[in-house]
Amino acid sequence: MSDFEPRIIAFCCQYCAYSAADMAGSMRLQYPTNVEIVLMPCTGRFDMLYALKAFEGGADGVYVAGCLEGTCHFLEGNLRAKKRVNCLRDELKILGTEEDRIRMYNLSASQGPRFVEIAKEFTEVIRELGPSPFKKNLAA
Amino acid sequence: MIVAQRKPFEELKSFIADKKKVLVVGCRGCVTVCNAGGTKEVGILASELRLDGQAAGRELTVDEYTLERQCDPEYIEELLELVEKKYDAILSMACSVGPQFITTRYKDENVYPALNTCFMGGAQQHGIWVERCQGCGNCVIHLFGGMCPISRCAKSLQNGPCGGSSDGVCEISKEVDCVWHLIATKMMETGKAETEFGPAQPIKDWSTSRDGGPRKIVREELVK
Repeated sequence: MSDFEPRIIAFCCQYCAYSAADMAGSMRLQYPTNVEIVLMPCTGRFDMLYALKAFEGGADGVYVAGCLEGTCHFLEGNLRAKKRVNCLRDELKILGTEEDRIRMYNLSASQGPRFVEIAKEFTEVIRELGPSPFKKNLAA
Repeated sequence: MIVAQRKPFEELKSFIADKKKVLVVGCRGCVTVCNAGGTKEVGILASELRLDGQAAGRELTVDEYTLERQCDPEYIEELLELVEKKYDAILSMACSVGPQFITTRYKDENVYPALNTCFMGGAQQHGIWVERCQGCGNCVIHLFGGMCPISRCAKSLQNGPCGGSSDGVCEISKEVDCVWHLIATKMMETGKAETEFGPAQPIKDWSTSRDGGPRKIVREELVK
């Protein structure tokens, strides 16, 4: 599966991960092109259906990147997102696939290099897991 | 509201194991409020069924639709256009009234309940629902400080508490308050224990409850 290039959707909070991605860009840091970023006003806006739709649309992995715990601009949006992500991890297990296809990360806006680290780490995790089992019939 | 929760995914999967075209129908009534069968939950279930079908490599179409209510014939009628598209199965995400109304109206359809109807209650907080009514057909909560011993006491005692009440909780679980402890405490705190806490309640007439068989209400002034 060496030629497998995963497609990853990252739901990023504008106050941290999205800004960190901006910083990574300003710093000329490279991160895998596998990661496609979706801007969120706060990870509290993250809905379980977004991740399911991402998988339906052919994503191999999804991650939600919010502020460090205790620093959410809206107080606890990231904690709510974490619960939804945990719930989705259970749902993925029920659907017979690896729970690690969805993860929650926390970082601050000043952590451009950490954003890159996360993107690389998650891409490697998904590369290891292989293509999403939900893509078998997707050609239609 | 009627509080329900989704059936385990495996059970739902078994309903549609040999089906190719499935319709998931939600309800904007009680089950939307208790986050069990509204538009969002319909979307999540339909998406999960599609993903599962894709993973199994089988042909499966899952459509979604949410009705205003599933407990009124005029809304069930709205499904006619969809039903004519010939689905192999209809999963109703309403309380069990919904699938019964759908199957009565569309006799040839395979209708399955996607939810387990649990109780009549309310939200203690978002995400936590508690039982508050058993529909006994003869409400007496005013005699008990506004709390219902029929639904909230494990034994439905009208002259409690029983010996299982300890430190304010019921013997069935430390998570369950003893309603008789709550009733007695409230009566004493509000000074009504002596004046309004009546004598022992007589044996309850359960004929207005399920003991009288399935119930029906007819209001002539509303009937066409």
